[in-house]
Amino acid sequence: MNRYPLWKYLLVVAVLAVGAVYALPNLFGEDPSVVVTTDDGGYPAESTRSEVLAFLEEREIPPMAAERRDQRWVLRYGSTDRQMRASDLVDGKLGAGHSVAMTLVPSTPEWLRALGAEPMFLGLDLRGGVHFLMEVDVEALIEDTVEGYQQDIRTLLRQERIRYTALELADGAAVRVAFRTPEAREQAAAAIEEGVEGVQLRTAEEGGEPLLIAAVGEQQRREMRDRAVQQNLTTLRNRVNELGIAEPVVQRQGARRIVIQLPGIQDPARAKEIIGTTATLEFRFVDESHFPYTGGADDPPPPGSELFPRREGGYVLLERDPILSGERITDASAAIGQQSGAPEVSVRLSGAGGRIMNRATRDRVGDHMAVLFSEQVSETELVDGEPQRVTRQEQEVISVATVQEALGSNFRITGLSSQEASDLALLLRSGSLAAPIRIVEERTIGPSLGAENVQRGFWAVTIGFLLVIGFMAAYYRVFGVVANLALLANLVIIVAILSMLQATLTLPGIAGIVLTVGMAVDANVLIFQRIREELKAGTAFQTAIDAGYAKALGTIADANITTLIAALVLWIFGSGPVKGFAVTLAIGLATSMFTAIIGTRAAINLIYGGRKLTELKI
Amino acid sequence: MELFKNVPNIDFMGRRRVGFALSAVLLVLSLGSLLVQGLHLGLDFTGGTLVETAYEEPVEVAEVKAALQGSAYEDAEVLHFGSSREVLVRVPPLDGVEQSTVSQQILERLRQDRADATLQRVEFVGPEVGRELTQKGLLALLYALGGVLLYVAFRFEYRFALGAVAALVHDILLILGFFSLMRLPFDLTVLAAVLATIGYSLNDTIVVSDRVRENFLKVRKGSTEHIMNLAINQSLSRTLVTSLTTLLVVGALLLIGGETLRGFSLALLVGIVVGTYSSIFIASASSLALGVSKQDLMPPEKEGADQPDQTGMPPSSRS
Repeated sequence: MNRYPLWKYLLVVAVLAVGAVYALPNLFGEDPSVVVTTDDGGYPAESTRSEVLAFLEEREIPPMAAERRDQRWVLRYGSTDRQMRASDLVDGKLGAGHSVAMTLVPSTPEWLRALGAEPMFLGLDLRGGVHFLMEVDVEALIEDTVEGYQQDIRTLLRQERIRYTALELADGAAVRVAFRTPEAREQAAAAIEEGVEGVQLRTAEEGGEPLLIAAVGEQQRREMRDRAVQQNLTTLRNRVNELGIAEPVVQRQGARRIVIQLPGIQDPARAKEIIGTTATLEFRFVDESHFPYTGGADDPPPPGSELFPRREGGYVLLERDPILSGERITDASAAIGQQSGAPEVSVRLSGAGGRIMNRATRDRVGDHMAVLFSEQVSETELVDGEPQRVTRQEQEVISVATVQEALGSNFRITGLSSQEASDLALLLRSGSLAAPIRIVEERTIGPSLGAENVQRGFWAVTIGFLLVIGFMAAYYRVFGVVANLALLANLVIIVAILSMLQATLTLPGIAGIVLTVGMAVDANVLIFQRIREELKAGTAFQTAIDAGYAKALGTIADANITTLIAALVLWIFGSGPVKGFAVTLAIGLATSMFTAIIGTRAAINLIYGGRKLTELKI
Repeated sequence: MELFKNVPNIDFMGRRRVGFALSAVLLVLSLGSLLVQGLHLGLDFTGGTLVETAYEEPVEVAEVKAALQGSAYEDAEVLHFGSSREVLVRVPPLDGVEQSTVSQQILERLRQDRADATLQRVEFVGPEVGRELTQKGLLALLYALGGVLLYVAFRFEYRFALGAVAALVHDILLILGFFSLMRLPFDLTVLAAVLATIGYSLNDTIVVSDRVRENFLKVRKGSTEHIMNLAINQSLSRTLVTSLTTLLVVGALLLIGGETLRGFSLALLVGIVVGTYSSIFIASASSLALGVSKQDLMPPEKEGADQPDQTGMPPSSRS
């Protein structure tokens, strides 16, 4: 007895082999590398590559290897110092048109990559980096919008000659309009519903006075929030890309939050600075006496005017004084116009913004109004052959339109193609501070602390593991050695699964693995104690082995399932470090069931099964 | 090698009052400390900013405090972290200050004082995030306890479930009490350790309860108390061996894992010790006190299938 059918042995071998292959990439480590792509994400041209290599050769900092990975050109270096210097040099050499990033590239051999085997990601606490959790301030957005409503409603009621006794903001979240008669209120409600977009009206009564409460509708509110979050995501992504970090994470989390993770960043303060700066936007009148502009780019502009490049090419002269800055924009969206059927951008300004716009455009119907977009751009340039970071202001005119009538807090820009409309709406939103964003959580781990954490985690696992192995071998002899093999296999399989899932390994994750190592032996201890009991009771060797496994099984299952419940709860309710811990714990529990029960049984059966025994080394 | 040549015969249940008394003293101490000085809650729960800096040469806490004088961060908590070359500065959430710039301002102050200060770690948690994490943490604790209660009640019997949960609450309170008494910071990773302890302590309780159930079936004679004692004694070797192996790795984590994992491994260490103790003196003793008896644990019919295995064990060999 105590023989497994062949398929069970094969199953164990197969699982171990697959586990070993997928765990393997983690042994190869990572090289600090410089990654080059063209700005549109393509692979750099042959001429560019040889030029860069020659240049690096000349500066005596040639890469260890240069290779193609998908669309990226990877230059491997042996150390972070050389990598940083090379990155600056390459960035300065190539200038605009290419993006240069620093990253750690796994040195996984080609044949493993062909199998889809990649190492697991190291979390920020292990490789160093910055984690930001940002929240979009929806309340401020709503307040601005409601202010705009107040302005719109006032204008509308005046136009329609509907009399009201009071028109004021209530709690910053609604506009309260009081009327003398219910008829006036009805008229007003109809007019407002027709003329003010996205508003939600409610009637009320106070001291016999008919009231109309105008608030932002639930749907409108959700749309505004989603647009604001989406908008911030886009802006933040652009900014993060500017930082030149490979594998950044910019993700929406929940209804109104955005997570940013920048692994391996060396200077968190600069990261914060760049993420924090927003593009700015201005509405300005075009200098009508020089429109369209026919002069050269370097001609001195007439007094009171400034020359700016246009996005679609060419130049335009704008008046020096802006009408309004982008902070007054609360929303901008591209749509198909209801009357015209053509693409247009609908712009919404705050209440004060609407007043300013109205005053400015009243007397200038027929003139041209331009939108000027300014952005801080930082890049590396070679100054006397040395790379240097420079920041400069980049400005361009993204739209020139004719003023058709006096504008208020809600107006449209027409005469665009649908692509132009959506681009313009996006830029208008990104230039607005309509959706202020705040950092609500930040975790920065310096690179040296990250490296220290990796080392400490590694040693803790190794030493804990060795101690357990030593104890088990001494205490349970042959059976102990078998349990140790199972433990080792368990470790390999955990790493393999984490790698296959491309999960992120964090410090608490390592702690989870360590704990699993401690608890995984429990299953074997339970089994071996049972076998010892059977032997003491005088049971025959082979029967004792079988009975030991059979009796311990129920206990092991119960114990592991209850711990799994705890791990699952941790995973569902935990955040950040707790989740990382729960994931490795749960995986470890599941794999330990396989290795500690089926795995050790296979080994024991091979060693002792099917023959006459005179001794059991347990 | 074996811990016990024969099944030991320790009268655990006879001494359960000693256990109860000891636990009562520890619980009173823990609760008292929790009520009087509370938990030294970490940043994750209170919100605020934490800056860890490393210096090339050892630095005095007083020096760092002096460097912060005259700024908005005078009252910051400053302490050494791991070695005399590393300090931790912690400030509560401040009103009227742009929170995200706090860490930078603190770092600048420290750099002005000592140029060799390098940033190791910044953590900033906004007050609303802190509230959320607290809420989520408490929920996790409650759900874990609830889930366990249900599973044990389903697999065993409700008195066992109550005993198991009593043991868990006991363990949690003692860990919290330990952290409160020692004024150790209680953060998210410590919470994870507390929850892991629930899993571990439960593991132990289940193993003992499993044995009790088995003995109720096999051992015809003897009081409930006797049968429970027998089960605990039979599984004593396993309990000690498993606790030892787990302690070995947790010990390695505590000694080598570094300052970041100190709270976590310490909580686990305490958890494993009290968890092992409580599965005997709290879980088993409580279900005994609740009056669990042989009839309550007669297994459902389907379990009869693995009975033939027990023929190899004459009842006379164990007494």
